[in-house]
Amino acid sequence: MHQIIKQILRTGIKTETPPPSADANLRTEAQRLQQDILRHLGRALAIRHIDAGSCNGCELEIHAVNNPYYNIEGLGIQFVASPRHADLLLVTGPVSRHMELALRRTYDATPEPKLVVAIGDCGCDGGIFGESYASCGKVSNVIPVDVIVPGCPPTPLAILQGILAAVAKT
Amino acid sequence: MTLDETMHGFPQLATAMPVWHGTVEAKPFRDLCEEVRRSGGKLVALWGSDETARENGYALHAALITVRGMLCLSLPIAVDRPAFPDISDLFPGANRMQRAVADMLGLHALGSDDQRKWLRHASWPGDVHPLRKSFDAANKFPTDSDAYAFVPVSGDGVHEIPVGPVHAGTIEPGHFRFSIIGERVLRLEQRLGYTHKGIEKRFEQMTLTQGAKLAGRISGDSTVAYAWAYAQAVESVTGAQPSARALALRGVLLELERIHNHLGDLGYLGNDVALAFGFAQFWILKEDALRMNGELFGHRYLMDKVLPGGVSCDLDERGCERIRQLLSHLENEVSVLRNIYDEHAGAQDRFLSTGRVSPDLAAQLGLTGMAGRASGQAWDLRAQFPCAPYDQLEVNMATHRNGDVAARVTVRFEELSESIRLIRRLLDLLPAGELQIAVGNAPDKAFGIGWVEGWRGEVLVALHTAPDNAIHRLHPHDPSWQNWPVLEHAIIGNIVPDFPLINKSFNLSYSGQDL
Repeated sequence: MHQIIKQILRTGIKTETPPPSADANLRTEAQRLQQDILRHLGRALAIRHIDAGSCNGCELEIHAVNNPYYNIEGLGIQFVASPRHADLLLVTGPVSRHMELALRRTYDATPEPKLVVAIGDCGCDGGIFGESYASCGKVSNVIPVDVIVPGCPPTPLAILQGILAAVAKT
Repeated sequence: MTLDETMHGFPQLATAMPVWHGTVEAKPFRDLCEEVRRSGGKLVALWGSDETARENGYALHAALITVRGMLCLSLPIAVDRPAFPDISDLFPGANRMQRAVADMLGLHALGSDDQRKWLRHASWPGDVHPLRKSFDAANKFPTDSDAYAFVPVSGDGVHEIPVGPVHAGTIEPGHFRFSIIGERVLRLEQRLGYTHKGIEKRFEQMTLTQGAKLAGRISGDSTVAYAWAYAQAVESVTGAQPSARALALRGVLLELERIHNHLGDLGYLGNDVALAFGFAQFWILKEDALRMNGELFGHRYLMDKVLPGGVSCDLDERGCERIRQLLSHLENEVSVLRNIYDEHAGAQDRFLSTGRVSPDLAAQLGLTGMAGRASGQAWDLRAQFPCAPYDQLEVNMATHRNGDVAARVTVRFEELSESIRLIRRLLDLLPAGELQIAVGNAPDKAFGIGWVEGWRGEVLVALHTAPDNAIHRLHPHDPSWQNWPVLEHAIIGNIVPDFPLINKSFNLSYSGQDL
């Protein structure tokens, strides 16, 4: 225990002002959104991630938004285990035809009102995999999409901004 | 004739790794597989190809390894008898590979009692085969209902928990069917293939140059390993020889990839035993490494940095110094964290004896890569068949025999330290040379192999060329093919709540095996 506390103190706080550097207005915007989330929902924004066929590159960056640098929970955003608890779906991949039904069902299981953010080049336009016997291509070919976040994979900051943009639309 | 004599009787491929390739009939094919099994060798990959356009029927190809190197066998198959001898009794991991060959090419393993589909779900009918040349990749069939015969487990108090394809965490999709009594798992059966997006067919629409980008997106977490294996395969058919500098830089990139993946896994393994501290700490370190990658190479995960003929990035003295600083930082922090993990009674209680794969079972089932090394399977290409730049480094292989989650944690810690040592050495020795040389034309009907020890295990790229630098057939092979079935055994007798921990300790790729 002593070692753990020592290490925590030595590490200090790594969390950066969300989302940092790129745009000074974003910081106030983020704070405003955080308040909006609280006012509309009275709780954290709940996100359910669905990998609909990605190469797992985008998943790496979605994991990263949970690390202490980006600290997405500190913004009042939380990843949940079930679509039934979710306000927003974060969908990666070209949608493989084998995941088409599961994606539709997950979308249907999410209560209204719901938001969908498509993550990565493949989610935006099918990417290098395109459309074929095995791939439906972009996410919006299968379910309605509110915001797209291009990138291969998009950076954690871009993902964060995509989520905030979707919330700002409501 | 001994196995060695037979192997050396075949022509050796002009590739960075020791690979021999021979074409044989069904009987010697099966006999050689038996020989390899008897001598303690393994099956690395199994794939088929359609040669009908060349009026040569079909073919089945197997990549086997022995202590001497890789033996690739091609078995011609007649159009009117699309079958080959079953080898899943010799190499249990062959079962799913054979079923994938049946789905994709309509070639069947004669004598196998498991003829269920594997990669195919409901998106194309059972009597069409996407990797046949007559199949148009743009074909779309109406989605059929997907029926799959799971092995039923019955008895007093036995019940099933179906999980997935959409999981509770941020992970890839797959279906797990647990048969349990109380909390204890009697049997786990996996159903994968959900992320099948037609990668192998997509390669056949590409030239050798275009394929490099796709190779880096077969399993995103292993992008360097795949890109390197792809580059090796292309270089082996074109005769291109990358400079010593390019090869050293590839080594640096591959070890950086190993480091960031091991850091991330060590964090999640802490998280899965309720040690959120571990997650926070290791993911700070992982982010530090990723940011440095972005800063020095322009991509956090190093995608598209390894290309046929060399690399698309360079390091100056300042860059080398930046890497050395990161390595010292990681070394210090990881040693503190390792002590904390080692002395944390709660974490060790969950790690020790959980998800155990004994060395005997691992050898029988062909457990490979990092997970294999935690179960006494001493195979590491970097140590056994070191190609440049590893030939100057004397890589120390990390092996343990306990085969439990704790052993897989320990192997990760040891490999982290070793990768730090290797990168330092590579930077000290960094030779001058061209970053990327021009890659010439590939002859038609050439066969090339790329074979690289990625962080998860050995990644193989088998390439068959067509005229005009086109790809006739490309099979990328992830070590997850071998290790997924072993995970079914690792969970037996454990409790359901330990599954996420055991699963994470293997951290296998879905995309890499679903293709």
